[in-house]
Amino acid sequence: MGSIFSFEDGFLFLRSIQLLGIIVIVSIDVYQCYITMLTEIVEKPGLIRSGQVSLKVNGNPVQLNLLPWVSLLDAIRDHAGLTGTKKGCDHGQCGACTVICDGKRIVSCLTLAVMKDGSEITTIEGVAPEGDLHPLQKAFIEHDAFQCGYCTPGQICSAIGMMKEGKAKSREEVKELMSGNLCRCGANTNIIDAIMEVQNQDAHE
Amino acid sequence: MEASQKQVGQPLSRLEGQLKVTGTAKYSGDYQVPGLLYGYVINSTITKGKITRLDTGRAKAVPGIVEVFTYENRPSLAWFDLQYADMDAPPGSPFRPLQDEEILYNGQPIGLVVAESFELARYGATLVEVECEEEAFETDLRKEASKARSPKIGMATMLKPLPPRPKGKFEKAYQESPAQVSAEYYHGTEHHNPLELFATTTIYEGDGKLTIYDKTQGTINSQLYVSNIFGLKYKDVRVISPYVGGAFGSALRPQYQLFLSVMAALELKQSVLVTLDRQQMFTFGHRPPTIQQTRFSADMDGKVTAMNHLAIGETSRFEDYTEVVVNWSHMLYPAANTLMQYKLVELDVYSPLDMRSPGGSTGMHAIESTMDELAYKTKIDPLQLRLINYSEDDVSLNRPYSSKELRQCYLQGAERFGWDKRSPEPRSMRRGNKLVGYGMATGIWEANQLPAKADAILTTDGKLRVNSAVTDIGTGTLTVMTQIAADELGMKIEDVEFLYGDSKKPFAPIQGGSFTVSTVGSAVKVAGAALKKKLFSIAKKMKDSVFSKADLKEVVFEDSRIFLRSDRSKSVSFLEIIEANGGKPIKVSKFSVPSLLKQKKYSRATHSAAFVEVEVDEQLGIVNVTRAITAVAAGKIINPKTARSQILGGMIWGISKALREETIQDFNLGKYMNQNLAEYHIPVHADIHELDVIFVEENDEIVNALGVKGVGEIGLVAMPPAIANAIYHATGKRINQLPIHFDSLL
Amino acid sequence: MNNFDYLKAGDIQDAIGKSGSCTDSSYIGGGTNLLDLMKYDLAHPTTLIDINHAGTQDAVTETENGGLRLSAFATNADTAWHPLIEEKYPLLSKAILAGASAQIRNMATNGGNLLQRTRCYYFYDANVPCNKREPGSGCSAILGYNRIMAILGTSEHCIAVFPSDMCIALAALEATVNVEGPNGPRSIVFADFHRLPGDTPELDNNLLPGEIITSIDLPPQGFSDNYSYLKLRDRNSYAFALVSVATGLELDGDIIRNARIALGGVAHKPWRVPEAEEFLVGKAASEENFAQAADIILRGATGYQYNDFKIELAKRAIIRNGMMALHPETQLPGALPSA
Repeated sequence: MGSIFSFEDGFLFLRSIQLLGIIVIVSIDVYQCYITMLTEIVEKPGLIRSGQVSLKVNGNPVQLNLLPWVSLLDAIRDHAGLTGTKKGCDHGQCGACTVICDGKRIVSCLTLAVMKDGSEITTIEGVAPEGDLHPLQKAFIEHDAFQCGYCTPGQICSAIGMMKEGKAKSREEVKELMSGNLCRCGANTNIIDAIMEVQNQDAHE
Repeated sequence: MEASQKQVGQPLSRLEGQLKVTGTAKYSGDYQVPGLLYGYVINSTITKGKITRLDTGRAKAVPGIVEVFTYENRPSLAWFDLQYADMDAPPGSPFRPLQDEEILYNGQPIGLVVAESFELARYGATLVEVECEEEAFETDLRKEASKARSPKIGMATMLKPLPPRPKGKFEKAYQESPAQVSAEYYHGTEHHNPLELFATTTIYEGDGKLTIYDKTQGTINSQLYVSNIFGLKYKDVRVISPYVGGAFGSALRPQYQLFLSVMAALELKQSVLVTLDRQQMFTFGHRPPTIQQTRFSADMDGKVTAMNHLAIGETSRFEDYTEVVVNWSHMLYPAANTLMQYKLVELDVYSPLDMRSPGGSTGMHAIESTMDELAYKTKIDPLQLRLINYSEDDVSLNRPYSSKELRQCYLQGAERFGWDKRSPEPRSMRRGNKLVGYGMATGIWEANQLPAKADAILTTDGKLRVNSAVTDIGTGTLTVMTQIAADELGMKIEDVEFLYGDSKKPFAPIQGGSFTVSTVGSAVKVAGAALKKKLFSIAKKMKDSVFSKADLKEVVFEDSRIFLRSDRSKSVSFLEIIEANGGKPIKVSKFSVPSLLKQKKYSRATHSAAFVEVEVDEQLGIVNVTRAITAVAAGKIINPKTARSQILGGMIWGISKALREETIQDFNLGKYMNQNLAEYHIPVHADIHELDVIFVEENDEIVNALGVKGVGEIGLVAMPPAIANAIYHATGKRINQLPIHFDSLL
Repeated sequence: MNNFDYLKAGDIQDAIGKSGSCTDSSYIGGGTNLLDLMKYDLAHPTTLIDINHAGTQDAVTETENGGLRLSAFATNADTAWHPLIEEKYPLLSKAILAGASAQIRNMATNGGNLLQRTRCYYFYDANVPCNKREPGSGCSAILGYNRIMAILGTSEHCIAVFPSDMCIALAALEATVNVEGPNGPRSIVFADFHRLPGDTPELDNNLLPGEIITSIDLPPQGFSDNYSYLKLRDRNSYAFALVSVATGLELDGDIIRNARIALGGVAHKPWRVPEAEEFLVGKAASEENFAQAADIILRGATGYQYNDFKIELAKRAIIRNGMMALHPETQLPGALPSA
């Protein structure tokens, strides 16, 4: 019995439908038409149009010639060559790609570079003047707030954005508002310790 | 203590810290070279069967798509299983990507689209047409449990001993004991999910040479794998991995993106980056689902009389992956009658793969939950019950421990936690509308050492450079090795450079099993010692040498100088020695081999005791681990800061295992349903509350010359049972399936 | 992900015009759900029409009747943290802040929040049957692992749930959705905006082709004295609700004058049962009365094995959230259960 992958699962499901006693006709044809239709659409010639995207990244103007389907994350990494921003899921589920866009922390994987034409982006490479470290970067080192280091750029950019928002005061609030940044090594307590230290310093200034 | 012992024991911050907080540390997918091609993998969407038709024409017709590789057009490769076997391969036939039309599991890689951009490659993958003939499959361990059989034995069994032989008469002793407890446990599949996506950048250097940036826990493991399969000379394949974005076991074996990246680079004679997406991160190794049954009995004084522990684990149809699940209880508790059994069930899945504390975290949950039940049955405090059954020796193998400070773990942990404030009855403690529970458990993990080699070089500027192929997966290897080397030569940290993560450097085994510091650290130490000897012999031969009559025992190495112990006004600097060596660097290379004869008379293990407080919302079941302390005895702690982080990480993994993470399987479809980080729940910051670590002092002169035992695994093993026990204490409900869903407490 | 064309709309009419002149186009606002779906090959628009500049990004304006108007183009974060929302509609603020992550709330728009698609595992896997994705292919969830699925308003074709938090509060607040389309503007009361799956699970809502959400109106009553949003999920943050409850109460002493209760995570749309709210009017704000209201709300609920627990959990959550609404000052970050 030969068919495209997905159809087989349809048969499997038919077994389940029978159990329910519901008569449903699983229309393989509908599915097949859909697939055919889809490929026709996407292959329509002349559709691929690249365009100029201007960004200001870490204070530097960057002109990129990009196809519309390039995410801001891939534009930063593959086109602007700044690989400090990390891809951990590409679906907004981990926070590793967090950058500061026009003053706000966002996940750069879930937006298109073309949508951010004209925006100012700060990545981990630009959070402190060259040769200097941001207080959060220092605190992360001191508190051992990372192990593998992969989530770190996102954690730091996110914490900078969070402190700018000014909504998190208590440790519990910081934990909640930093929960969009996963850490698989389990450096969580050290990360929050580092952030609280900088936040408390700022509060005293 | 010698004056030169300055660095070991210091809470030094990670030496690569600045690179990691500034985004300059480069991971395997961060190397951009001109003309780099991007590969995107196509995976099977059926679980078992055969590919009957493949059409790559539409994909290849798209400008910018360079090639589509499938089993039909892949190059001819190595024939024998042995050539595909890596350092961590279990007995069986390793999976071969793009081997033929056979589909062995859902998500199997069946093609690679290579294009000029990531987006084009990903798009191309949607244009490849695949037709399949599907065959019946089975992925449900519980349904197939009756088919469990004994595992095959192979090389891997050496590090993963099978269960010890039965002792005494279990059945009789169990039946005759006044206190009996039996329970069944189920753990589902888990995936490592390091935050870094698996990526390999193969740089095609021309003249048959490859430089490969691979996500791996063993640069030499990847090098051998690539060389063997693609018929390349070892010296022509260089694997570099200085920064690894977490691995937790997932990179112990070379994964398919390495194979595909190398294959494409060799065929296209261009550099190729293959990065897996998060969904594809669920299409190779995983922690296997496991069924366990325990039957423990005791007399009314709490002495354990009999223990039976059976585990049935999942494996693939092509390899017998095993774990040490059932050996631990008898290493801890000296029952006279034991019966330990371990079996496997073959299913249509990819081979399982070691995942942080493999086997131990599975087995100890069952063992320590059963002990907790025994405590209630005998009306003895759970901590007291452990102390009653405390054994200085490893009774399972009738030999002493090289060191065992578990008793101190229990006592110091209990003290700091405030265990004495626990009221014995379940549901007897509360805080507002929350039930409060205290739980504790024991942890144990093996302390192994493997052979490794290191180079030590005194460079012309009088600095020390130490080389090893070992990786640093976030454990702090770089920092710790630098500390060991600095102390060995009596140098400052800033004068010592540890170079690693490169297969061109001296041999190191894969990084895992908590054996890296004991293995590579020992190599660094012996290389350092050999270098000292060499430096001294040069110093001795110097004109009018102050050491002319001295031998090595009579000098000390400090501040980059050699001093005469009896007269410290007499010394020679390393720079003077270099000068005496004709201005040339001084190099030694040394293999460290465990002293097996000495070690085999002893069992060697790390121990821990975890104490946990949970709050359970009485009405809604929501659980929070509000407080946890783990006291660890792991020999000498080289760096208390990074070691503490390892234990904290392990504890958070324990919270995750007990309460959060699970791979959801649909057995009708034969596939994993939550292949993403939105629904594969690892803890968020808001899940993690107060955690504390105690390192108990433990001196061990047998385990290795450094006296170190490793801290990668031990932080995890005791946490899941301690949490489950605390939940029982809070609610009176014993949930033996992990993760514990809050709704099971309604 | 397929390739597509990208167009920027200058204003609403421009967007509608562009939409009319392309086949298979899609509007894009924050993009946090659409791009996710496109990367999984679940949505395949051939043209994206960027509407971020088609309307005002000022989150809130006051309306003549004493209510507020939320711009559909403003972000969730700007809305949740707007002083007027925090002051007059804290229930909405808390619900928004219980959703997704801070980063995503900085991107996601209010209009887009209403249009989120389900997180059903089977919908998200392009290679298994799903009537919502491929009408007629079957529902894999009914006999599959359905822990996260619906218990109310399901059909034999679909048991998916609507994942929004913000919309649960909007339902409780009886908001109105203003849309603009090829046939001009219209307003849709919130209860009529989302649909139940019935025979057409592929349709999540009653928006017509080409229509754009322009704003959301909140009536004057914001229940700012007694409100609570409770979200129960598998981790403390950054996870979708298994059950969530938005409760607003108007009290006279301890007697309920007006009550609103909406449930999330249990159905294909925010779930409200006016009968239960009417039952509470004139009664004391007590666990017993909330329990009776909960029974009314959960009437007809059906579990599908792995989600059976949601019936009891939803009842308990309604009771608890009713009591939490008496002490809104105890609300915890992340809408966790509090005192």
